[in-house]
Amino acid sequence: MPKNPTVTQAAIDIPSATLREMYLIMLKIRRFEEKIIELYPAQEMKTPVHLYIGQEAIATGVCVNLAKDDYIFSTHRGHGHYIAKGGDLKLLMAELYGRRTGCSKGKGGSMHLVAPEVGILGTSSIVGGITPLATGVALASVMQGNRRVAVAFLGDGAVDEGTFHESLNFASLKKLPVLFICENNFYATNSPLRARQPADNIAQRAKGYVMPGIRVDGNDVLAVFRVAREAIKRARNGDGPTLIECRTYRWMQHVGPNYDFKLGCRPKEELDGWRKKCPIKRYKKFLLDKNIISESEMTQIADQIDKEIEEAVIFGQNSPFPDKDELFDDVYH
Amino acid sequence: MSWDRAPVDISEIEKVSRLAAEEKREITYRDAVKEALTQVMETDSRVFIIGEGVDDPGGVFGTTLGLHNIFGRNRVMDVALAENGITGVAIGAALAGMRPVMVHMRMDFLPLAMDQIINHASKWQYMFGGKVNVPLTIRAIIGGGWGSAAQHSQSLQALFMHIPGLKVIMPSTPYDAKGLLIASIADENPVIFIEHRWLYDHTGYVPQEVYVIPIGKGVIRREGKDATIVATSYMVFQATIAADSLEKEGIDVEIVDLRSLKPLDENIIFNSVKKTGRLVVADTGWKTGGVGAEISARVTENVFSYLKAPILRVSCPDTPTPASSELEKVFYPTEEDIISAIKEVMRYN
Repeated sequence: MPKNPTVTQAAIDIPSATLREMYLIMLKIRRFEEKIIELYPAQEMKTPVHLYIGQEAIATGVCVNLAKDDYIFSTHRGHGHYIAKGGDLKLLMAELYGRRTGCSKGKGGSMHLVAPEVGILGTSSIVGGITPLATGVALASVMQGNRRVAVAFLGDGAVDEGTFHESLNFASLKKLPVLFICENNFYATNSPLRARQPADNIAQRAKGYVMPGIRVDGNDVLAVFRVAREAIKRARNGDGPTLIECRTYRWMQHVGPNYDFKLGCRPKEELDGWRKKCPIKRYKKFLLDKNIISESEMTQIADQIDKEIEEAVIFGQNSPFPDKDELFDDVYH
Repeated sequence: MSWDRAPVDISEIEKVSRLAAEEKREITYRDAVKEALTQVMETDSRVFIIGEGVDDPGGVFGTTLGLHNIFGRNRVMDVALAENGITGVAIGAALAGMRPVMVHMRMDFLPLAMDQIINHASKWQYMFGGKVNVPLTIRAIIGGGWGSAAQHSQSLQALFMHIPGLKVIMPSTPYDAKGLLIASIADENPVIFIEHRWLYDHTGYVPQEVYVIPIGKGVIRREGKDATIVATSYMVFQATIAADSLEKEGIDVEIVDLRSLKPLDENIIFNSVKKTGRLVVADTGWKTGGVGAEISARVTENVFSYLKAPILRVSCPDTPTPASSELEKVFYPTEEDIISAIKEVMRYN
């Protein structure tokens, strides 16, 4: 297990196609979330949005290691994971617009995304709710003998919840192929970690459950990638679960398109410090320094992404709303 | 008189009479539950049992006794005391294609799992536009007595009846227990399957083969013309005793066994009320916001003009369950309470 591998190490262990893919995904997430910020004031996206800006390296570094039929669960802050796992951008945008062409047929909104074709089995806004769901999916993988891995994306808030204890306990006992990715952004809404937990030691708690717990710089996509790769390999080999604490920061307010320092929610200096450690800026520098992607290629990639997002916006805005009698659809199977 | 005689639904009575004549196979309610589990697990490798103590020498009042010897402890899985987490695990397994049967030795332990049941299982399919579903069965055992007191005696079906997306089943006979449990496990939706342990020793005809009873269909246990008792679970048995007693006084009651609370067989209730004009609802839960309250509302909405009397409810009083045996006598509803209620509705002309 490499000790906190850093961006600046030469990435000879990672294929350049993967390095490029990770840049594309991180930028796509960032540009998508920025597009929401741009469109939100028009008040046509009538859904609460919990933006992933600042945390892109985590969804990306983990998901790039997963196969299409591996499973993930995410939370109310799920756009990044949806995009990183390969969810359709058009269906995501349509869902934000509440249209029947949305990934959840307009029934879920921003907080309830699904894409079973790429292993996204759902997202829940009950903090800690998906921790046992991912554990159960991993149990099914073992019962079915299919070597599929399940990933739970959760925040530091979810570590407060009893389900964290119950899920890690069970996953370790049964040696289940599940990764618990704790995106520690040090806040649950506006409540700082130090007001909720007696110590800043999330990764260490795995020891109590007799399973590995690793702390990693969540804004270093290569570090996240390497740690996740190891953990997934272990899981697939039947060696059980891993807790990975990725330390990061949420740039925008808990919910909504704005910053929150003006409201006094979090200190501006804190945000400024983390913005200097922007995961995309850092990775971009690495890619340019190592001549993996050129500046002009980066511009091309950005243009392509912006075009794809624009097409998604048009699709979302022009899609029909659900019919009123669709209200009663899918209560039961 | 065998109180769980075949129902009056013509196709069912003909089939059951024929089979009963051919093969008088009577087993207990608990063995009917166990037989359902065994036969389903033999034929469908997706099904597994998960819950506290499912593999212990008690075998959950005998309902899972010895199953771990047949199917192994990975399919009859004992778990940590983590009801909410384990329910989430079961939901996850169901999402990934398994058919878990989660077992709670007492329904009183379900409140610990309410978040996963209400916020996830019941609405997961709806929230995601029908693209994923949760074929999970949760067996919850009710019953009380012997000083079990407030936390070992609760009948919480009304809470689950309230939640869209759940199905709620309360079988009263061995035949229904097996058929409805198999139907519940086969169902693509989350089902709360509520068994009353005071029924576990009751015997009745149960076919050897695998069969299902449709969820959402009640059954007439006894035809009558003067008043209707709509009853759930153990109250069906008590209604039958009450009916025998009332018959001696010239009052002829009809007994509707709901079998499922959700979906609810409204038509069987409405048709009976149209016939008798008088209704008593007998349920094992508390009075306020209980099953009787919901049924009363639906009856007045739909067949009001047929009512000759107010609708009365037989239930537990609105108190937690007391421990003392003398207090238990005035807490749990009995056939006497049903008889009083029927006599009361008969006073109206």
